[in-house]
Amino acid sequence: MTAHAELETEATDRMTVREAINQALREELERDEDVFVMGEDVGVMGGVLGVTDGLLEEFGEKRIVDSPISEAGLAGLGTGAAATGTRPVIEIMFSDFLGVAAEQIINQMAKMRYMFGGKIEMPVTVRTTEGGGMGAASQHSGTIHTWIAHFPGLKAVAPGTPAAAKGLLKSSIRSNDPVFFFENKMIYEDSGEVPVDEEFTIPIGEASVERTGDDVTVVATQRLVGESLGVADDLEGDVDVEVIDLRSLYPLDTDTIVSSLEKTGRLVVADESPLSYGTHAEIATRAMEEGFFSLDAPVQRVGTPDTHIPFSPPLEEEVLPSGADVENAINRIV
Amino acid sequence: MVTIDMEQPEGRKEALRRMLTIRLFDETAEKRFLDGDIPGFVHPYIGEEAVAVGAIGALEPDDYITSTHRGHGHCLAKGLDPERMMAELYGKREGYCKGKGGSMHIADVDAGMLGANGIVGAGPPLATGAAFSIQYDDRDQVALAFCGDGGIAQGQVHEAINMAATWDLPVVYVVENNQYGEGTPVEKQHNVENLSDTAHAYDIPGFTIDGMDVTAVYEAVAEARDRADAGDGPTLIEAKTYRYRGHFVGDEEEYRTDDEVERWQREDDPIETFKQRLVDRDELTDEEFEQLREEIATAVDEAVEHAREAPTPEPDEAYEDMFAEPAPEIQHFAAQFRADGGERGDDR
Repeated sequence: MTAHAELETEATDRMTVREAINQALREELERDEDVFVMGEDVGVMGGVLGVTDGLLEEFGEKRIVDSPISEAGLAGLGTGAAATGTRPVIEIMFSDFLGVAAEQIINQMAKMRYMFGGKIEMPVTVRTTEGGGMGAASQHSGTIHTWIAHFPGLKAVAPGTPAAAKGLLKSSIRSNDPVFFFENKMIYEDSGEVPVDEEFTIPIGEASVERTGDDVTVVATQRLVGESLGVADDLEGDVDVEVIDLRSLYPLDTDTIVSSLEKTGRLVVADESPLSYGTHAEIATRAMEEGFFSLDAPVQRVGTPDTHIPFSPPLEEEVLPSGADVENAINRIV
Repeated sequence: MVTIDMEQPEGRKEALRRMLTIRLFDETAEKRFLDGDIPGFVHPYIGEEAVAVGAIGALEPDDYITSTHRGHGHCLAKGLDPERMMAELYGKREGYCKGKGGSMHIADVDAGMLGANGIVGAGPPLATGAAFSIQYDDRDQVALAFCGDGGIAQGQVHEAINMAATWDLPVVYVVENNQYGEGTPVEKQHNVENLSDTAHAYDIPGFTIDGMDVTAVYEAVAEARDRADAGDGPTLIEAKTYRYRGHFVGDEEEYRTDDEVERWQREDDPIETFKQRLVDRDELTDEEFEQLREEIATAVDEAVEHAREAPTPEPDEAYEDMFAEPAPEIQHFAAQFRADGGERGDDR
């Protein structure tokens, strides 16, 4: 059952993505004493983008831990702690900084379970922010989830709605595998209906059909989910657009993508990461492998044209993919 | 039991037994590697036995350790079974990691052994994390990280020690200064004379000790463990020791002279000097020592025989153990990889 379907049957509250993430953290901290949150300025400051606001007051310094500015140390501490009986939620302030922590992530966190012959659990969640749009320039704006999704031993999720943010973060924290939770910083203020049930979770590896349509499938992530839904509204009457929030990058819900493709025959992949060798290529390839004879037109990619995110607003606006790019992609193939 | 009571003759004899086990295990692994029996790399711990045995002897059985790529000695000192270790070196299913880790990655979390590690300097952050769990749950344990003189040059080690010092985590960092970081002498990699001097930067105790003396290592780590257990935070101990062999088996060792190696072996061998001490104190006879050597040699030979004959893993096992919860991709791709019915042939 998708979150979309659940929304129709369950009590919900309207809240922003930021509030949904904060609520998920609060509920999981209440539910499980083993869960702690650690990161740079997650406590007193409440997170540099306000996501962990109020948690220190409620849960105290033992469980909401302000760390030194030591990303490698944080990733390593989270890995060692997860291997020895706690359930860390580590915040890496900007995903660009995963580069600083890469050794502990790719050689320790990702590999320990396999190299130990499966005789260890690795229940660590890494939360981090992605995306351009704030004039933050190249070192604070990257969308690098493809790196993580590509690396064996790591799971990666990237919600596009408040409900997805809450349900997926709860699943991430409860998972016994390392899960990276990618938050696009431009959608923190987006609001939507979110189930209030504390047991509401969304399985990792399950996409959501956010809007049904018959002419073209747009598989979108993060900010581009909302933008694609806006495009679908604008095109209503001319083109009937189906919009899927991919939600999980790895594992990837091939079945939902291919079922949609079998209905529409056309596919647009909209994801803010760089276009070469990445998330777009993976989705397009799976569509080709599993749905080749349903394709009526070439798959279209919408993303960042292999540049870094520049500082100057007109330059940033130029390279960031938008709803207009999704619309152009749709128009090219219908 | 891992704890060795060095105050008692039996404890001292156990320390000797463990050092000798490490020596004979690694001498055998070296030979079997040169025979082509063991794949990959082997990094012998020969010469450094007093560090592993002294340090781990001072720990309680459920304390955690993290290790290095030169990890056989740490595993054996922690009480791991030589038979299952040898099986891992041979890539067999019965090995500690089901043949997925090999010499550089032996781990046994149940024994508190959080892995030998192929990345220089990777263990200390993991030990800091284990110490965080211990403090978080208010458990009566400590974590100990082994790290080489090469590892202490890694930035992430600094981060790990700084965090542990800041939060008074129950952890002990033991730097095994075996005089060479791979093929480069320690003095060409560090500006300080004693690697424990860096402890001043974290305002934690730092000692440099004789790493060829098992008693000295034991006493220093016992004190550091007490301090960690009392909530007073980490200690940085540098144990000066010597690597008798090259960085790995097959290393031509162009960076040092035979004279230098022989001098260390002749004057400072950790097993020989400790044995002589026990003999001088009438706690051991030369005959008993030879008997001990034969017992251990027999056990190691049996481990080799067992490892040789143990079944190899089935190819499909390569796709297991990635995740606790399913990721359908792995089974899908694995099935597709062999979808044409082809088997991995000799032509590859």
